[in-house]
Amino acid sequence: MIRNYFLRHAQVFFYTLGQLARAPVATFLTVAVIGITLALPAGLYIAIENVQRLARGWEDNGQISLFLKRDLSDPAIEKLSEKIRKLPAVSWVDYVSREAALAEFKKLSGFGEALGALDRNPLPPVLVVHPAATHSHPDALQSLLKDLRRYNEVELAQLDLEWVRRLYAMLDLARQGVLILAAGLAVAVLLIIGNTIRLAVLNRRDEIEIIKLIGGTNAFIRRPFLYAGMLQGLLGGILAWLLVGLGLLLLSSPVHRLASLYGSLFVVENMGFMATLTLIGTGGLLGWLGSRLAVGRHLRAIEPR
Amino acid sequence: MIEFAHVFKRYPGGFDALRDINLRIEAGEMAFITGHSGAGKSTLLRLITAIERPTRGEAAVNGKNLTRLPRRRIPYFRREIGVVFQDHKLLFDRTVYDNVALPLIVTGTDQYEIPRRVRAALEMVGLLDKERMLPVTLSGGEQQRVGIARAVVNKPPLLLADEPTGNLDSKLSDEILDLFLDFHHHGVTVLIATHDLHLIDRGRRRVIELNHGELARDTGARP
Repeated sequence: MIRNYFLRHAQVFFYTLGQLARAPVATFLTVAVIGITLALPAGLYIAIENVQRLARGWEDNGQISLFLKRDLSDPAIEKLSEKIRKLPAVSWVDYVSREAALAEFKKLSGFGEALGALDRNPLPPVLVVHPAATHSHPDALQSLLKDLRRYNEVELAQLDLEWVRRLYAMLDLARQGVLILAAGLAVAVLLIIGNTIRLAVLNRRDEIEIIKLIGGTNAFIRRPFLYAGMLQGLLGGILAWLLVGLGLLLLSSPVHRLASLYGSLFVVENMGFMATLTLIGTGGLLGWLGSRLAVGRHLRAIEPR
Repeated sequence: MIEFAHVFKRYPGGFDALRDINLRIEAGEMAFITGHSGAGKSTLLRLITAIERPTRGEAAVNGKNLTRLPRRRIPYFRREIGVVFQDHKLLFDRTVYDNVALPLIVTGTDQYEIPRRVRAALEMVGLLDKERMLPVTLSGGEQQRVGIARAVVNKPPLLLADEPTGNLDSKLSDEILDLFLDFHHHGVTVLIATHDLHLIDRGRRRVIELNHGELARDTGARP
């Protein structure tokens, strides 16, 4: 009984596949429209993922500068540096002594002569704290900053990550935008499939009438249309995946060139396994749903005369 | 098998297609329904196949009350009835074999059972050698026989025919009638709507005559 059930479904599946293959132009057009419609949000999603990955690389440079009190002795600084280094959020700590800071400042600022006129070094000793990769998110950095400010030896703790936070906010905004766009385009796919299936139902009006007369249930009549919708949706999803892949391939070499100019090893990454699965699955699901909505509405209208 | 009590059918617009029909056809009986065009023959068949419902009165077919049959039960109800149409209603993009197999596929008959039963039905109507052909390549009489094979392949207890010989010459009509008589002999209840008097004379079975939606004559069962 159950074997029969699966056998029947397999038959309908292959029958539907055959029907789609017999009308290659119409099938291709539907699949192409779905593919392009799905490729748009998928491509944007991948673009955001890549930018985010890039931003994660920049965050590693997101260091915290601790300006210490000027009268601290070297052993005291050593001890503090050791304490901070042991924090789980910290990867390593660089020490810039007052002398080194002055030398660097003289070299870089161009005020060398003027500084020489000062009778004492105005610069404080600095500890440069590099956060661990696991604590690179702006929120984590913010809390690390708060912890560091509590040390008595610290005069001033500075984190220049405002721009990273802004980038993150923009990425969040972009991600929301893609979601809204994706929802709108999902409705478009539903309508495309719905219209295709509506035409298919009307084309096979006589057949549906006859099947109703010889005792076919609505579920039986619906089945091939649901398979047709799902198959075209799945093919559309696969096409979208190919289009996104092609787009990334075209972009990868200019991106690589640009990255190498910045001395970066950044490479564009394609969709992961789960994202691919989601894209193709979404195509199939939308196809099924679109044809379910269309068939349900039009089957009721067709009764034997 | 079929029981009508004070059945009325009024179409939207006020046209009375059937008026106060009282009818009882036993299981295993064979009857002709006759009358002029528009007398209500087709409407009667449409009520029996649950395409339409009576406006008033009680109608029962094969033990099911037609006025109270839920919509979702209608497909299962129709599986017990074989219907032969004047215009055959065949699917022209499928072979003779696939047309006849359709009711078996619809009812989910076992895969290995289908070829045997399709061939048995085609053999009964004498078209076993044409199973691979498309209906368009067949003559009108052959197409009608394919329709009959499709109607009986499920072995329904009730067989309905709406003008089954409407487009056929008398020799072909006789062949078709012989088929129906044969099914009748095998215990199937047969109901044929026709205005072909030659067919009715030759059939020598019960005749139910409709006139302007009313029952005008009922000869009762004949042996």
